[in-house]
Amino acid sequence: MTTAGHAPSRRTQWRRIFAVVAFLGMVLVLWEGVKFLGGDPWFVNGEKVWTPPLSIGIATDQNLPHIWSIAGALAEPWRRNQEDSLFIYLAGKALYTWREAALGFALGALIGISLATVFVHFQLFERALVPYVVASQTIPIVALAPMIIFFVGNDVAAVVVVATYLTFFPVTIAMLRGLRAHDPRALELMRSYAAGRRTIFWKLRMPASAPYLFTALKIAATASIVGAIVGEGPGGIQEGLGRAILDFNQTYTTGPEKLWATILVTALLGIVFYLLVRLAELWWLRDRAPNVLT
Amino acid sequence: MTSPSVVEIAGLSKTFEVPDKGTMTALSGIDLSISQGEFVSLIGPSGCGKSTLLRLIGDLTEPTTGTVTVNGKPAPQARTDRDYGIVFQAPVLFDWRTVEDNVRLPLELIGTDKATREARITQMLELVELTEFRRHHPYQLSGGMQQRVSIARALAFEPALLLMDEPFGALDEMTRERMNSEVLQIWAQTGITVVFVTHSIPEAVFLSSRVAVMSARPGRVTRLVDIDLPRPRTVETRESRRYFELVTKVREALRGGDGQVELDEAAMEQVAAEGLG
Amino acid sequence: MTDRILQWLRRNLPAILVFVIFLGTWQVVISSLDVRAFILPAPSAIAAALVENWEAGYQIWPAAQNTFLEAAGGLVIGTLLGLAMALVISRWRLAADIALPVAVAISAIPIIAFAPIANNWFGVLAPTSKMVIAAVLVFFPIMINVLRGLTEVPGSSLELMRSYAASSWTVFRKVRVPNALPYFLTGLKVGTTLALIGAVVGEYFGGLNVALGRIVIESASTLGFEVTWAAIIVASAVGIAMYVLIIVVERVAIPWHASVRGERPA
Repeated sequence: MTTAGHAPSRRTQWRRIFAVVAFLGMVLVLWEGVKFLGGDPWFVNGEKVWTPPLSIGIATDQNLPHIWSIAGALAEPWRRNQEDSLFIYLAGKALYTWREAALGFALGALIGISLATVFVHFQLFERALVPYVVASQTIPIVALAPMIIFFVGNDVAAVVVVATYLTFFPVTIAMLRGLRAHDPRALELMRSYAAGRRTIFWKLRMPASAPYLFTALKIAATASIVGAIVGEGPGGIQEGLGRAILDFNQTYTTGPEKLWATILVTALLGIVFYLLVRLAELWWLRDRAPNVLT
Repeated sequence: MTSPSVVEIAGLSKTFEVPDKGTMTALSGIDLSISQGEFVSLIGPSGCGKSTLLRLIGDLTEPTTGTVTVNGKPAPQARTDRDYGIVFQAPVLFDWRTVEDNVRLPLELIGTDKATREARITQMLELVELTEFRRHHPYQLSGGMQQRVSIARALAFEPALLLMDEPFGALDEMTRERMNSEVLQIWAQTGITVVFVTHSIPEAVFLSSRVAVMSARPGRVTRLVDIDLPRPRTVETRESRRYFELVTKVREALRGGDGQVELDEAAMEQVAAEGLG
Repeated sequence: MTDRILQWLRRNLPAILVFVIFLGTWQVVISSLDVRAFILPAPSAIAAALVENWEAGYQIWPAAQNTFLEAAGGLVIGTLLGLAMALVISRWRLAADIALPVAVAISAIPIIAFAPIANNWFGVLAPTSKMVIAAVLVFFPIMINVLRGLTEVPGSSLELMRSYAASSWTVFRKVRVPNALPYFLTGLKVGTTLALIGAVVGEYFGGLNVALGRIVIESASTLGFEVTWAAIIVASAVGIAMYVLIIVVERVAIPWHASVRGERPA
């Protein structure tokens, strides 16, 4: 069936894009479809044009605003007496959150790679610490977020710490596999060249672990954004998406479209970051044979 | 009195579509007839299509032209009627089933009643000498043992035909020779017809009643060599003079020779003395 | 029997040592330094707060039960939906080829942003809203993993089944489903962690007071950090317990799998 490689055939790529677009279309149709069947009456320019036959709780304009309302809200000022449209406002916040997430992402990746390297070369450390690495991920980091905020201080650094925390685990575990994923005979070959540990590391283990690293980085991309957003809340960071979510959640009853618009922008941020990592992966692994890892 | 023909192949050819590269003709103009109870090996250079030919017999792929008749029926029907068992190069056992459960699989699919089914499984496991390992899982067995399980499975529902695709290719020479003897024993006991794909000349000669030599792509059957070695064939057979002659004959046929073999008597004595086979 | 215990001890000694040293250092450092104490209390203080607030005060134990129920409920719902979806989709190859990339794309979205909506839809105080968040988080890894398990079957196995003229329903029952079991359990392991996170974060955005997430927020805002840490530790314990449960299920359900035999990571 689909053996997902890092460079799928042209036909599969188009198919995938088509699939996502078709899916989006279906969602939109379903969204408005449900409102058509059981939402609030539809108005166009102040005139009632349609009264749905049924009554479905979730489909009210309060709970599920019309798609065009959300789009419209994006075009309008994000608050009375403000110049910027909601979209510009949210884009700015998204960028801010992304910077925190990216920093956490980079740090987490670095820590993960370093930890895995230490573990691979010193089995004692591996046996001593890996159980805690695994346990650390069963701790809902998000529960730790307020703690970290108070500990590090009420600013960006705290959020970065949370994002780092969420990134380092998948990277550590993936690199631990990756650094050992090479063909054992390749290792023997290197030894026959009397290559030292450092040479073996840079010329064999690291390149061999690249596919695994990217798998983890794709997970970490989303995780670091989640971490940033959740960290911003308790941290009282004003400039990020987390704040926007909390604010628009509070004003939900007067303007539900804004919260939905924020969620939309958050989703886009996640997807864009993921795609960036994917592009990096496609470029980095461009010369390699396709394999079954995604 | 000629035995009934189990496999009849006429005018068979197979062409593949290769994405971005056009077509590739694997087999061209194959005619072959295999009688009941024969042991026929298909041998040829890599890429000559011998595995494809085996799969055409098993209706695991379709011919481009020509016909394949198995047991008097078109190949697809023979497959639906389950007239053959197949052994691949890898054991293809299910990790999650024990040895006996793996052998049970085809019988479950056919819907054999419980009593007959269990009797068959016991019988098959005895045949391949793995009775004590019934409840083991595949990962607990060596490669050779796993292949024996897949042979037991292939024979479980008593097919008329056994197809084997380089089944011992992944094994070491010693185990391979032993497995050769075991296959011959099973063949003698069951009277089944066997089509055996290999790229080992000694193996082909040791096992078969006839060897079909194939050419490189597009594959054709260039020669059929009758193997008139006496049976039962044993270790001594491998060291006999006639064996060397036949191995050489097949080798020459593979190299495109005219089938005439001139033997260097002195060299033969030396080879026999050094025990090479 | 004692042999096995000794063996286990010897293998895990370094990890155990690390934990003991860590606890000890923490206690000593905090006792001797007053400055950061109020943010990072000594283990003894946390233990005391835990005991005090177990059933009284913040009511950590009832809260743990509530949060666990939200997480477990979400896990069950998300798993059932993910399974159903994967089973239905795997039937049509076209659907599977389309669904996988879509699901992967959606899992790139910080679904947590959906939490406030869930609260609004299902009621902030109702455990249902947290279950929904948890279920949404759990749905994707389950669906993706099971779908992979059902479709990524070795070609040779399919060829073997073809040689038996097996119907696609038979192939589904006898090959695809057993093949998918290890994948499913991997997804379940990821799911338990996510379910708990979903429940706790959902609580951050609002919910009943007697819930671990709420305790964390409230105690932190009143600077009662011993309680905060106590709540976090309990939350972790719940998470670990759920994870260990899945591992036990794995040992029983797929003892033949290489990852369970200890040969390679799942």
